[in-house]
Amino acid sequence: MNLWREVRLVAAKDLRIEARSRVAIQQIIPFGLIVLLLFAFALDPDRGILRRVAPGLFWVTVLLAALLAVSRSFAIEADNGARDGLRLSGLDGPALFLGKAAAVAVELLALEVVLAATVVVVYGIELNTLVPLILGTLAATVGVAATGTLYGVLAAGLRVRETLVPVLLLPVVAPVLLGATRAWEAAIDGIPSDAWPWVALLSVFAVLFTAIGMLAFGPLLEEA
Amino acid sequence: MPAVVRLRSAVCLLGRFPALAGVDLDAADGEIVLLSGANGAGKTTLLRLLAGLVPLYSGEGTVLDHDLAHDRRGARRDLALVGHETFCYDDLTVRENLQFAARAAGRTTAEGDTALERLGLGRLADVVHGRLSAGQRRRLAVAVALSRDPRLLLLDEPHAGLDADGRAVLDEVVRAAPSEHRTVLLASHELEHARAVATREVVITAGQAHLASTDRGAP
Amino acid sequence: MSDRLLKPAVSKTLGWLSLGSLIVLALFGLWGAPPDAVQSDAQRLMYLHVPAAWIAYLAFGVTALGSALWLWPRTRATVWDRVAGASAELGVIFTALTLVLGSLWGRPVWGVWWAWDARLVTTAVLFFLYLGYLALRRIPASPDARAKRCAIAALIAFVDVPIVHFSVNWWRTLHQQGTVFNERLDAKIHGVMAFTLWFGVLAFTLLYAFLLDRRYRLLALDEDREEREVEQAIAERVGALTP
Repeated sequence: MNLWREVRLVAAKDLRIEARSRVAIQQIIPFGLIVLLLFAFALDPDRGILRRVAPGLFWVTVLLAALLAVSRSFAIEADNGARDGLRLSGLDGPALFLGKAAAVAVELLALEVVLAATVVVVYGIELNTLVPLILGTLAATVGVAATGTLYGVLAAGLRVRETLVPVLLLPVVAPVLLGATRAWEAAIDGIPSDAWPWVALLSVFAVLFTAIGMLAFGPLLEEA
Repeated sequence: MPAVVRLRSAVCLLGRFPALAGVDLDAADGEIVLLSGANGAGKTTLLRLLAGLVPLYSGEGTVLDHDLAHDRRGARRDLALVGHETFCYDDLTVRENLQFAARAAGRTTAEGDTALERLGLGRLADVVHGRLSAGQRRRLAVAVALSRDPRLLLLDEPHAGLDADGRAVLDEVVRAAPSEHRTVLLASHELEHARAVATREVVITAGQAHLASTDRGAP
Repeated sequence: MSDRLLKPAVSKTLGWLSLGSLIVLALFGLWGAPPDAVQSDAQRLMYLHVPAAWIAYLAFGVTALGSALWLWPRTRATVWDRVAGASAELGVIFTALTLVLGSLWGRPVWGVWWAWDARLVTTAVLFFLYLGYLALRRIPASPDARAKRCAIAALIAFVDVPIVHFSVNWWRTLHQQGTVFNERLDAKIHGVMAFTLWFGVLAFTLLYAFLLDRRYRLLALDEDREEREVEQAIAERVGALTP
């Protein structure tokens, strides 16, 4: 069976489980909204500050929510020996990786749409020059989803998984936070030429970690 | 005829404990081999070793022409394990789980539907896995295995939790295996019952088994 | 012979050499080299900070190399996993040292305990990557499983560090703040000061090599003991059948 059919099979399974259990919709997205709200409480109510730091807060919130999404992605494999099931299934490592990472990416994109709308309305910012913004967001999301899935499988089956993944993942995706925030700032300021280099960096990160994930997922799953 | 399973002095560790401390085993195509032994003797580990889920620490092992020392993943598409867990997802229905298992193994969804009917799960097809009883899950685990159309069927205490009806269905599956070109290795405590379907019995003691075992008649 | 990296005689010599060179370094650093025209005595911290930073990154490279060699099937051997682990433990110490010394140096010179330039930020991220790696190593698992997990984590980190450095550097130069701090770190130094600095790098490298060998031996002893316990357990289990 070819790679793309296997990827679609795995991604569809994860997304169908999400559609049934609604964890992203009922828990992860609200978590993101609450974090945005907390930032507003923590910073000076003077809306000038929020407007200036909105991109950074948005992406920090996305990263924190990504920790939950990745955790959930592997929590569903923890029951009923599903990990053994995946190993026995005969599905290849790359397909499993791409399928699970794709499902996480879709959930994160849904979250980002909701959060972006909130940030625009509540923090009072305007999103001009949408093209670099959207492309940068896509690249950043793929990068975070790929790296998260990679560390998710690395820690799968470990009792300390919940506290270990954040410690491992967040330092590694720091460049994504950096690049995505700068790209958004450039888009908000209406200077697309400033954004494109960051979009390029985000794309390189996404491709690189997707490649690493495809290679490493299978071997790591064997040891989980 | 090449052996479906061949183990010589197989040693397998669980952590640092030698769950298998020297197993010799042969299984030929179409055989139904009963693995018997006390709790903790190593039957589950043996089946998991054959499924390629645990590495071989020392010794030799070949399953479906794949060397367990170097290629323990290779045979997986052609074998199926019925363990203590169902390998299913609580939020998916019985039918969805079966179709996923079938398609993941490169078979068609029709295989999943066939297994569904054969194990008498038809009326549970649209019930989510999380709501099934223990006995129903057992049947589903066997159905998942069958939907993969395996050449080697590894069954770990499959009768546990099944009612009389379920056992009858399972026995039918096991008995039909040779004519469907499947080999069966069955670990069980229900010796009376299992001996009735098996062609041969191998006793596992303290993680070891040797080739001179009771032959209960030609397969 | 994977229970040690160096022959005992070599290791002892190395130990004495590193001790000796550290003493010499102290002498030069505290008295031999003149105080800096601008920073006066605070600048002497450079003789520790720069070598420490060098070792922090060297150890990281060694961990990554060991990990890669372990992962590659043709070169897979226990020695590489142990080298990676031992080097990481040394690396985290030297990284922490680098950050602390940099902070102590920066306070009198720049007036701040911390600055957001590419080198410092990357070193801070490196510190956290090390911590993550060591957390992974501490999780009990079969040697192969642990080695595989740690090796992949180390290589991911290795790939990430240049990306971090590049992106932070870019970010800071865009904000035109890089130059002020780079002046201090890239100070043009000559004569005795330059000699002391390079000598410091040499002394720390000798120390690193010595400690790496020692730590490696401890790891080897530990793992050998575990292997013997396994063999014994197998023998006992087999013996249980023959009363």
